[in-house]
Amino acid sequence: MSVIDAGIRPDGARDARETDATVGKPFLEKKVTLRARNVNVFYGEKQALFDVSIDIGKHEVTAFIGPSGCGKSTFLRCFNRMNDTIDSCRVRGEILLDDEDIHDPKMDVVPLRARVGMVFQKPNPFPKSIYENIAYGPRLHGLVSGKSELDALVEKSLSRAGLWNEVKERLDEPGTGLSGGQQQRLCIARAIAINPEVILMDEPCSALDPIATARVEELIDELRRKYTIVMVTHSMQQAARVSQRTAYFHLGRLIEVDKTDRIFTNPSHELTEAYITGRFG
Amino acid sequence: MGMVSGDCRRLHSLPRYYGYYVAMLTALPAILLLALWISLDQSLITHLVMASLPQSMQPLPPSEQSLLINDIRNLATGNITSGEISPALQAAADHYRHLMHLSRLLLPTALFLLAIGGIALGLKVIHPDRRARPAVERVIRWGLILSASIAILTTLGIVLSVLFEALRFFQKVPLADFLFGLEWSPQIAIREDQVGASGAFGVIPLFAGTLLIATIALSVAVPIGLLSAIYLAEFATPRVRTWVKPLLEILAGIPTVVYGFFAALVVAPLVRAAGESIGLEVSSESALAAGLVMGIMLIPFISSLSDDVINAVPGAMWDGSLAMGATHAETIFRVIVPAALPGIVGGVLLAASRAIGETMIVVMAAGVGANLTANPLESVTTITVQIVTLLVGDQEFDSPKTLAAFALGLVLFIATLLLNVLALYVVRRYREAYD
Amino acid sequence: MTKRSDIRAAVERGLSRRRRRDRLVRRLGLGAILLGLGFLAFMFFSIIGMGYSAFWQTRIQLPVELDPAAIDPERTHDPAVLRNADYAGLIKQALRKRFPQIKKRKEKRKLYQLVSSGAAYALQAMVLQNPALIGSTPGLWLTANDDVDVWFKHPETSGKRLNDQQKAWLEELHAKGELKKFFNLDFFRNGDSREPEQAGILGALMGSFYTILVTLGLSLPLGIAAAVYLEEFAPKNRWTDFIEVNINNLAAVPSIVFGLLGLAVFINFFGLPRSAPLVGGLVLTLMTLPTIIIASRAALKSVPPSIREAALGVGASRMQTLFHHVLPLAMPGMLTGTIIGMAQALGETAPLLMIGMVAFIVDVPRGILDPATVLPVQIHLWADSPERAFLEKTAAAIMVLLAFLVLMNLAAIWLRRKFEKRW
Repeated sequence: MSVIDAGIRPDGARDARETDATVGKPFLEKKVTLRARNVNVFYGEKQALFDVSIDIGKHEVTAFIGPSGCGKSTFLRCFNRMNDTIDSCRVRGEILLDDEDIHDPKMDVVPLRARVGMVFQKPNPFPKSIYENIAYGPRLHGLVSGKSELDALVEKSLSRAGLWNEVKERLDEPGTGLSGGQQQRLCIARAIAINPEVILMDEPCSALDPIATARVEELIDELRRKYTIVMVTHSMQQAARVSQRTAYFHLGRLIEVDKTDRIFTNPSHELTEAYITGRFG
Repeated sequence: MGMVSGDCRRLHSLPRYYGYYVAMLTALPAILLLALWISLDQSLITHLVMASLPQSMQPLPPSEQSLLINDIRNLATGNITSGEISPALQAAADHYRHLMHLSRLLLPTALFLLAIGGIALGLKVIHPDRRARPAVERVIRWGLILSASIAILTTLGIVLSVLFEALRFFQKVPLADFLFGLEWSPQIAIREDQVGASGAFGVIPLFAGTLLIATIALSVAVPIGLLSAIYLAEFATPRVRTWVKPLLEILAGIPTVVYGFFAALVVAPLVRAAGESIGLEVSSESALAAGLVMGIMLIPFISSLSDDVINAVPGAMWDGSLAMGATHAETIFRVIVPAALPGIVGGVLLAASRAIGETMIVVMAAGVGANLTANPLESVTTITVQIVTLLVGDQEFDSPKTLAAFALGLVLFIATLLLNVLALYVVRRYREAYD
Repeated sequence: MTKRSDIRAAVERGLSRRRRRDRLVRRLGLGAILLGLGFLAFMFFSIIGMGYSAFWQTRIQLPVELDPAAIDPERTHDPAVLRNADYAGLIKQALRKRFPQIKKRKEKRKLYQLVSSGAAYALQAMVLQNPALIGSTPGLWLTANDDVDVWFKHPETSGKRLNDQQKAWLEELHAKGELKKFFNLDFFRNGDSREPEQAGILGALMGSFYTILVTLGLSLPLGIAAAVYLEEFAPKNRWTDFIEVNINNLAAVPSIVFGLLGLAVFINFFGLPRSAPLVGGLVLTLMTLPTIIIASRAALKSVPPSIREAALGVGASRMQTLFHHVLPLAMPGMLTGTIIGMAQALGETAPLLMIGMVAFIVDVPRGILDPATVLPVQIHLWADSPERAFLEKTAAAIMVLLAFLVLMNLAAIWLRRKFEKRW
């Protein structure tokens, strides 16, 4: 159990030989929402993730960074079992959501995904009206009874996503007609309409311009108070701006996890340092 | 080659292009002449012979004229004629034979001369500086353009031939009677004085029959095709998909005459027996049997078109919906099908156009009696069945009965064209939405 | 409802219902596919079940005395004399000898009905080929009449057209091994006939062959040329747009309309002969051209531009680039499209009815101007015949047609697999 060893390693240890062990602080003592233990993911014969173990803290933003193809998105998709939709993909290991194993055969993905929402890289509003986009989840799960209740929920979700004032006059217009940044906030509003515990964000700003990105980042920071957020990002600045903890992935391995300021100011692992100083990536 | 003393580089084009050039000059005019000659000599000679006939036989109604020409031709080739041989006729036949003989003799001579001329001209004009390749390529290019225009010529041919004959029909039968008449019985008397010689050309019963059968066919094909497509697109494993998709598409490759046979000899008796077992009277040429089998034929149309449009819905829609905690069925019916609806509607329209234009199944399994009914257990007839019935067998080309077939053809052409244009438009709009 | 525990409870409450609905949709989809495939299987099995027996032919063994006095009294061995002899009489005589107990005229007539009228022609052909047989009494297997054939193949379901006496004679022949089934060569070497036991598909096959030959000869070069022009040379303007729209619409025009075109233009305007494979081929060419053009354009599109640029870069003209590089690479795709177009043409019936290829034609056509019919039309004609014996012929002809289509489609698949390239 080299990972566990790595967990109790004293802070700041630099050890280039131990590339498959995680340095930093992967485990937390309290207020944990998600626990991943020894997660391995395979696409057919190819292994994409190797023995990843990490805790995700409650009501904080955890950012996954790393070069392309390092497995951070794959790992993110394990938390709501979106990898089930890929036929060749197999996930081994344990992921606990409030101490329930999400890969338990008795666990249904429907309630799991109601608890763990997701926002994608490219905004993907449904080809329906703005109103219908937000109402989709509540209707699906039977959370509202009656039009007025639904109206209130739509307004609340849009307000929370900071979109209400922009779209309240045109709720009947198609969601695809909004600008990119608005679309992404619509997708966030859609996800929070069913009040999940966790929101997974897969590079939520990579398709947006800087101004839209700033608005979404602000939103993420606000949402942290009510939701646990896990985000994958390509941008180290973004991770530095919005996250409290940062995990660095490299070639399918979790290299280092720690408080964000620590990762960016004083990384323990030389791969992390190489990445954040821009020597590759 | 001698002209550049073996130095190929001084030629403008590669040596063989000079060869092609001469060959083209030799062959093209000759081929053109041959085509002209063959298409024109018959009518020209006939015209000459007719002109040489004595005055007494000159102005003739067209039908008698063609009979006369036939007689002359038969006489000239030594066959049996329909009437007695008058001296004038005999003379005309001799004349005809003489002209034919002349034509046979002249043709090769003219072709030969033209070819020689082509070679001479070709040999004279080729020089090392001659731009032979561009010239050859220009001719090829024109050939290509001509080939591409065949499609237009075909459309034009269809429109003109069908329209022209249909207009002649509407001179005899008013358009309003045709479009709004409730009775269809195209029996035209052979003799003038026969009873009921007029015939009735009301197309409404045919429309009704066509629509009835097409509706039955679509109500079989649309649910089965759509559900198959949904299953293949979302629930099936890739292995199942690679096997089942081509198997279903076999249904589209089976000739319609086979479906017709199956409908008439297997399904119709089954439907009849099933109906009788629950006390219903079913015609042996019921619309139901023809419609059912046509529906089977249309399944792959609907399923592969729907499969295409369902797959064209971006995967992000699937992900978005599934990540909200929707089941597969909910995703399909609340997100994918609404998104793909225009494409699916386009597919159904195309299938409808196939259904009303389908001929062999209804010719073999539906009736010929024009029956204005909505009961699928009775026998009805369709536009295509009537076209076949009117045109198969001996017929006079000028009778309203024959011309009616062209009027029906026109209706069919317009209806399918409108459906296709509409379908293509809907599908294209849909594609643009996702590009 | 915003409390998370309430939401979880609501989701759990609805879950089993939603899962049930999901399973229902899945089952409906599977059911639809099975239904479609079931129809396919049912159709194949019912056609094979009806048709397989047509590949066998019932024959009766009879010692036929080739009496020189009846055939060639003067021993001239002159074919004209041999041809005109009364072979039907010889067969009748042989039948009388085989059943000497039959005396009444009416019964004799019933007896004669057992043997096909075609048997006399077969006997004539045999004697003409080998005059030395005259004088001998060979035991010949003569083709039985269609009623006998049907009864012998399906004794439980038919036989209404034979009386008990005839059945008794046949039983006797069968018991002595003088009534047997043979492989039905006649089915493959005869033209159409009013007598089911003599009817074969050779005429229709040759008609189809000539028709497809004309179609292929015209539509392959025209289709490829049109595709090449539209894909490689055509400027983007109204005219080419118009051509495109036309091609797409033509692909969806009902086939019977092409038949009307053929009747009005080729037969009435140009005066080409009715029922000729030439006209059939012309009509089918117009019908299959859109298919071929669309497939060929797709094949040309799949040739990567880098190859064109490379050829143009070394100084080849556009034509040279086309003929030396692009066409050879696109050829397999074009041929695949052509084969599929030909398979469509081979199965097409309706437009050929319009141009008179439905006539009853006994002679096997020898060229593209002879009156002919084609295989699908033959199927249509036989399917309309009242005789029970034509049913199995129809189904068998369908089997032959489907076999050809399967072969063509396999060829297309093979071609696609073999030359499939990914750039």
